[in-house]
Amino acid sequence: MSEPLLTVSNLEVGFTTDDGLLRAVDGISFEVQAGQTVGLVGESGCGKSVTAFSLTRLLPQPSGQILGGSIRLLGRELVSLPLNEMAKLRGESISMIFQEPMAALNPVQTIGRQLGEIYALHHTCSPPEALQRSVAMLKKVGIPSPEIRLTEHPHQLSGGMRQRVMIAMALALKPALLVADEPTTALDVTVQAQILDLISDLQHEMKMGVLLITHDLGVIAQTCDEVVVMYAGRIVERAPVQELFANPRHAYTRGLLSSIPRLDGTPKTRLPTIEGTVPALSEMPVGCRFCMRNGATPDSPTLFTRPEYKEVTPGHWLELCPRCCT
Amino acid sequence: MVSPPLLNVTDLNVHFPVRGGVFLRTIGSCKAVDGVSLTLQRGETLGIIGESGCGKTTLGKAIVHLLKPTAGTVMFEGQPQHHDRRQRARDFQMIFQDPAESLNPRQTVGDIIGEGFVVQKMGTPNERRQWVAALLEKVGLPTSSARKFPFEFSGGQRQRIGIARAIALKPKLIVCDEPVSALDVSVQSQVLNLLMDLQKEMELSYLFISHNLAVVKHISDRLAIMYLGKIVEMGPAEELYRAPRHAYTKALISAIPEADPTAPKQRIRLTGDIPSPINPPPGCAFGHRVKAPRYEESLKQPIALKEITPGHFVSNCPCCVE
Repeated sequence: MSEPLLTVSNLEVGFTTDDGLLRAVDGISFEVQAGQTVGLVGESGCGKSVTAFSLTRLLPQPSGQILGGSIRLLGRELVSLPLNEMAKLRGESISMIFQEPMAALNPVQTIGRQLGEIYALHHTCSPPEALQRSVAMLKKVGIPSPEIRLTEHPHQLSGGMRQRVMIAMALALKPALLVADEPTTALDVTVQAQILDLISDLQHEMKMGVLLITHDLGVIAQTCDEVVVMYAGRIVERAPVQELFANPRHAYTRGLLSSIPRLDGTPKTRLPTIEGTVPALSEMPVGCRFCMRNGATPDSPTLFTRPEYKEVTPGHWLELCPRCCT
Repeated sequence: MVSPPLLNVTDLNVHFPVRGGVFLRTIGSCKAVDGVSLTLQRGETLGIIGESGCGKTTLGKAIVHLLKPTAGTVMFEGQPQHHDRRQRARDFQMIFQDPAESLNPRQTVGDIIGEGFVVQKMGTPNERRQWVAALLEKVGLPTSSARKFPFEFSGGQRQRIGIARAIALKPKLIVCDEPVSALDVSVQSQVLNLLMDLQKEMELSYLFISHNLAVVKHISDRLAIMYLGKIVEMGPAEELYRAPRHAYTKALISAIPEADPTAPKQRIRLTGDIPSPINPPPGCAFGHRVKAPRYEESLKQPIALKEITPGHFVSNCPCCVE
């Protein structure tokens, strides 16, 4: 079998803070195939966004650093790539959509200038050609009257329109991998449905791999081929979407799945919850990080040896903690 | 005689003036809430759902009198709202979306929760401290939290502080404005459970505002769907979900991604954005957005809510309802 589009192995990312070095991502491994959508799910602070920023080498500097492991995209190692080389790859091979489009777009430049800049930088297009391509791209993401929109500033657009502009910018150079960090969290459900449909339409057209980061399990179920569940900087479970929802093996995955209110559930009944909260990064146990929320006592042996992460059935990976897995 | 409903809102309008020109004269009005009528019984939860900008938060604020309605009446237990703010605070309270922004960062949690008692001149300092401790226990926080500041807590814990503040004066109605939208799913379910437990214990009524239909449906007895300042459909939660009548309700339900990969994907693709309430289109606003084939007919008759089965109201718009 050919090499996957993206291979992340044993990636470790840390931040230097006043409390010393904190490992936000602690040895994670997964792959994304061309044309596949992989969902990365977990609670806030579990390291989803840090993973995304590591893939694009956009970690906050100087505090954030990749401590170890490798990220291979299209056969090239990204971790050791010089930054000027990386800048060339961004946009052409890998690009990113951010959660809050208002914060990611430049408020004092027109849409046309921001979008045209991509073509000008990467293709050394003439200005009229860049304009032409920008119009075509905005049309593709479903923005009505693109010629007028190009002359407007981000604040003149609605949230959904801004997210479409972000998508147009991310896809302008037909990247091989799109990293979408919570692309629809700030949007209404009806607009969310439009944006998710748009991403999947364009994905099929361009044979692009998508890493979709979200905390919404509904979005995962409807759009992804494979799901990676992260908890406190580690991957606890990874499986094809049908398998994960039908047969979750890790206690955290099961807890997450059962705690969402269902549309066909009995109203006004108590929802199952996951007790406790995520331990602070500085107080992480060496072993299984979920055990403490799963009723383990502080002297439980599972807290002191790191559980093995392995493929239990074809395609189904699990962090094999004897307490938390079935 | 049947006792009057806890809350009776009739034909409520909240319009904001739009100013422009050199002298900032009023050049138009933004009809954030436009002719909303609803009732709420004791111990009942009414869920209000709609997209951003549909006026659901404005409606909630007008009901608790944080905004002055332009027209219409809000009756509480058959009486008009009390003119004294202190009296109103004992009848209804509000829980806000972002617990980080709605708690004063320079007050201790004890001061935040106990402020109501001070304003109402209730109890001695010692008694108030005991009441605050009891409230903290009720919402599942350690009593030692009273001496801490809001930033020392996580999002879910802060929302619990907000809830403790809201129930301190034993109100009858709480307007919950997106109380769990900013929280993670595992914490979200904890807060929803707390709200449901408190409702049972204190016979509270909730007006639960959210854009997350799954959450609202779980906690509500009845649902009201808002679109551009108007309620387009209102009825028992289960019935509205099983048999929606208005085209907007149908689209909204179909747009929700179900957490089940085997569920059929039959999304009604909505095009366009919600129109601006400053210049709403004439006739049916939703028909205009989706370019409904029978949109023209909605211009000919006034659109109002009609009761089709007991308790189930739907707008009589010809282009959205068959």
